[in-house]
Amino acid sequence: MFLAKIYVTYKPSILDPKGETVKDALQRMDFTGVEDVVMGKYFEIKIASDDRASVEQEVQAFSEKLLINVNMEVFRYEIEAITE
Amino acid sequence: MKAAVITFPGSNCDLDMYHALVDEFQVDTEIIPATVTDLSQYDAIFIPGGFSYGDYLRTGAIARFAPVMAAIKEADNQGKLIVGICNGFQILTEAGLLPGALQTNTKPGFICDTTGLNVVNQTSKFTNAFTKATVKFPIAHGEGNYFVDDATLATMQANHQILFTYTDNPNGSVADIAGVTNANGNVFGMMPHPERAVDELIGNIDGRAFFASIIASLVNQQEATKA
Repeated sequence: MFLAKIYVTYKPSILDPKGETVKDALQRMDFTGVEDVVMGKYFEIKIASDDRASVEQEVQAFSEKLLINVNMEVFRYEIEAITE
Repeated sequence: MKAAVITFPGSNCDLDMYHALVDEFQVDTEIIPATVTDLSQYDAIFIPGGFSYGDYLRTGAIARFAPVMAAIKEADNQGKLIVGICNGFQILTEAGLLPGALQTNTKPGFICDTTGLNVVNQTSKFTNAFTKATVKFPIAHGEGNYFVDDATLATMQANHQILFTYTDNPNGSVADIAGVTNANGNVFGMMPHPERAVDELIGNIDGRAFFASIIASLVNQQEATKA
């Protein structure tokens, strides 16, 4: 069994209105050091398999197909072996 | 002409669309659930607004994989008219039937208002009956900020795929874009709601020209097939 942790964010070229709104709020709350906020999505997906390479392929495939919109988002992931 | 209005779990403008087609334009229309896999008997397919699958993940992202979508792609292959309004537009971009993507409005929050639109191209299957260069349609969305990359935008402009632009951009859309077609000109999507502007009773009938355009192009198409 593997656990895939997948992080989805906007491409750097795309304005992130939710991140900007959170940044403005933090700055208003006097967290003056806050310079940038990226707001994304986080997934934990358990995959039954004993082959890390095929799990990587699967994560790559379903992330591109469903989890992100390739026009405006990117993703990165970590995979770890877990016991059930 | 036979029309289908597709309803997904979470669609909520299906009855407005049905009302516009049936009560205002006497179109033979059926409301079709997203589990249906054959749309071959319909000449035009309308994907209404709402929050399909709760807008979970992204607007339109899950609807794109609903059983009915294969039939919608098949209808596109046959050159049938496909219209997506609001969430329907989001679904069509997610499905790759229209270029670009819809993102969170630049100004935070859900906008519920009436917006001015320029009818940029009055020769399309969806705009041929417009007589005014500017119309007013209701809008109601939180994720109507249309994004498309520069290269695709240039192709769309060259192809006259942009049918409507906002007179006063409410959501941050690239190039003020409000409504677009695919390269073939048979699939159309827009965030504003023409189906909410067809009845004298509510004070705005600018949306009638949209439905009149679609009906006129289907009649022309049928006459061309006969001849």
